Amino acid sequence: MLKFLRQPFRGGIHPDSHKLLTCNNGIDREFWPRNVMLSLQLRNGAKLTPLVKPGDTVLRGQKIAEGRSEMVAPIHSPVNGVVTGIAQHFNSHPSKAKCDTIIIRANSDRRWGESAPQGSFYQLSADEIITRVRDAGIVGLGGAGFPTAAKLSFARSANVDTLVINGGECEPYLTCDDVAMQQYAAEIVAGVRLILTACGAKQAIIGIEDNKPKAIEQLRSAASEDEKIQVLSVPSIYPMGSERHLIKSVTGKTVPVGKLSNSIGILTHNIATTRAVYQAVRFRRPLVSRVITVSGRGIGSPRNVEVPVGTPVHELLAWCGGISDSTARLVFGGPMMGQVISSPYIPIDKTVGGILALTDAEVRQRQPSDCIRCGQCVRACPMGLMPFQMAAFSRISDFSAAENIGIQHCLGCGACSYVCPSAIPLVQYFLHAKGSINANRLKAQRSAKAKALNEIRLQRLAEEAAAKQAAKASKRRERAPRASRPVKELEHD
Amino acid sequence: MINYEPSSGPFAHTRNSSVRIMYTVLLSLLPATIFGIYQFGLGSLRTVLVCCAVAVLAEYASLKLMQRRSAACMDGSALLTGLLLAMSLPSTVPMWLAAMGSAFAIIVGKQIYGGLGQNLFNPAMLARVMLLICFPVEMTNWAVPTPLDFSHNLVTVPDGWLQFDGVTAATTLSGLSKTPESLFSMFLGTEGGSLGETSSLLILAGGLLLLQRRIIHWAIPLSFLAGLGIPSLIGHWFAPTTFLSLPAQIFSGGAMLGAFYIATDLVTSPTSVRGQLVYGAGCGLLIWLIRSFGNYPEGVAFAVLIMNAASPLIDHYLRPAIFGSRSVAGK
Repeated sequence: MLKFLRQPFRGGIHPDSHKLLTCNNGIDREFWPRNVMLSLQLRNGAKLTPLVKPGDTVLRGQKIAEGRSEMVAPIHSPVNGVVTGIAQHFNSHPSKAKCDTIIIRANSDRRWGESAPQGSFYQLSADEIITRVRDAGIVGLGGAGFPTAAKLSFARSANVDTLVINGGECEPYLTCDDVAMQQYAAEIVAGVRLILTACGAKQAIIGIEDNKPKAIEQLRSAASEDEKIQVLSVPSIYPMGSERHLIKSVTGKTVPVGKLSNSIGILTHNIATTRAVYQAVRFRRPLVSRVITVSGRGIGSPRNVEVPVGTPVHELLAWCGGISDSTARLVFGGPMMGQVISSPYIPIDKTVGGILALTDAEVRQRQPSDCIRCGQCVRACPMGLMPFQMAAFSRISDFSAAENIGIQHCLGCGACSYVCPSAIPLVQYFLHAKGSINANRLKAQRSAKAKALNEIRLQRLAEEAAAKQAAKASKRRERAPRASRPVKELEHD
Repeated sequence: MINYEPSSGPFAHTRNSSVRIMYTVLLSLLPATIFGIYQFGLGSLRTVLVCCAVAVLAEYASLKLMQRRSAACMDGSALLTGLLLAMSLPSTVPMWLAAMGSAFAIIVGKQIYGGLGQNLFNPAMLARVMLLICFPVEMTNWAVPTPLDFSHNLVTVPDGWLQFDGVTAATTLSGLSKTPESLFSMFLGTEGGSLGETSSLLILAGGLLLLQRRIIHWAIPLSFLAGLGIPSLIGHWFAPTTFLSLPAQIFSGGAMLGAFYIATDLVTSPTSVRGQLVYGAGCGLLIWLIRSFGNYPEGVAFAVLIMNAASPLIDHYLRPAIFGSRSVAGK
């Protein structure tokens, strides 16, 4: 009953957490890959320009590719080694579409290419911090992978006053943020201070789910001297890691539907990102590795590993004791919102927070049956939507009806699919519907633009024709008196 | 074997399933059913068996005719419809009538709409109302309870227990009962009435189990009982001789069964909490109106059917507020 009263938002679920598999073993920092593959195309399609060519020797931390706009973070070499090729290879996208990839053969030397600069870093200006973050190629490590520097500049121009740090980590199995908070509390707090300076916010709130008592304790003691930083414990409800729901839980404010958190003066960052920011500003270290949870009942020895970006999945799995025969699914990220790994040779990119080898008993996938309108999905939806109705509309391709009842506000958190007793793949319907809606909108926009251009063209042509006519007419008028006089005379005759 | 085929998550699911829900509901109904059989004898056992068997057979035949997966007739939903119908019938009901009602429930009440999850009306209640309108005499033969006698370390089987048409009498709700039942016996269920509706205690226990397993939500039972209770409280306060008291209303007839099992029918009730509150309150209020002013002594089936018809409308207008839609920036 007390738990019910403490609930900060409606909906949400309590899936089995399985976090005990990995949350107390610390971070394994021994892993080193033999090859790394760095895709030159991001999952959203944005491309990067390589700065190296096959045969080049690269140093750890050296910039090897850069984006063509501010919205694409550069890539740095995560290892010392030799570029063996720039070839077509698939990235983490489940379509297995191939794209240009820098392949580096790593040697066992783990030193950084450049030594860290000395000197104080707390006096740095906001612009300097943002520049260093941009140079380090940091993206949000929570999963969306948006460039952190761009996010900071936006927040600065939007005059945010509160910084919310997301230590929710509500996905089952994942503990990489939990152990990072336990081990690097001081660095995280320093990173939070730097972000506060960079975005100009007045206070920072770190929200951590109450199933991570050690992390809360560590961060509380690390931040105890700083009155600008608050560490709050929030109830463990999936999806607490969702930005909107965490903001509601720690500040009591609700981000208006269809708007960004900037609009109510709040900026959010993931806890792992803050540490990367600290490393980038303090040591000028680019983002070339991240802590990843390797877990699931199919993994030989589950643990958290610091993994250089670009490591292929099979190397990491072999390091963690291999996978058992009962493994049914390999998943990037958590089991709720993660995506299927379509091949063991695909590389790990900056946005991957976990690799799970799940057995059939863990997935519990059954054959879908008829919807019995039990309403469990409606009560589980943290966004206050009606999933079974949206699925029914999507099924008959009535996307505008689905949009009317709010399908675009769906987070894709999967709480509805998790609870559905008829095992209906609700999220799959929503992804399909959202994809179709966006494609249709794009098409409509394009045709509207073409129509507008055509109208302008027709207008221009009409004007030109009119001008020509006018010119002709005026010319004729000029000539007319001479030519017409004899005719007139004839007529009058 | 690892499945590398792309698919979207989640890659975790609850242990709950539709079949499991149906059988849990059936299980939670068993105590009340067994009590009904103990009360009214073998005639009621026969009614229960006939209703359940005919329901499953009708489901099987319909699925076969519609070329669906006919094994789905055992998913528990047809069995549940049959049992609920049996529980709402008088124990002395003729066998052919029970069979007809059960087949009507499945074929007209459910499969014609498209099968599981598609029906607009609660099939069991639809069948009950059909029988009540077409066969009013058979449907209001309330048997006098002739329970097994366990006293003196001896099981004594009364004559009425073995008979298929017992002695009938009026009940509290029909208003003709000469000796008013005590509230306690109404709560325990040792009075006349429908087969499985008499024991409020056992139905309440089953309902609480369903609440605890989160199969039903508290909104409907609560608003249902409030919708029935508040008007009866006010009515009884103003005119005690005309209107039944609050406990008599709630513990008599099918009110308890309606609150926890009939109105909460997953398929035909609204899904949002706000909608469920309105729906339950509507059911309760209608029952009070029918019982107090209507021609029929009992109104649960009518009330539920009327609210069933309103359910899609309620779901359309009382959808939950989208998170963030009611907030004002900066508030």
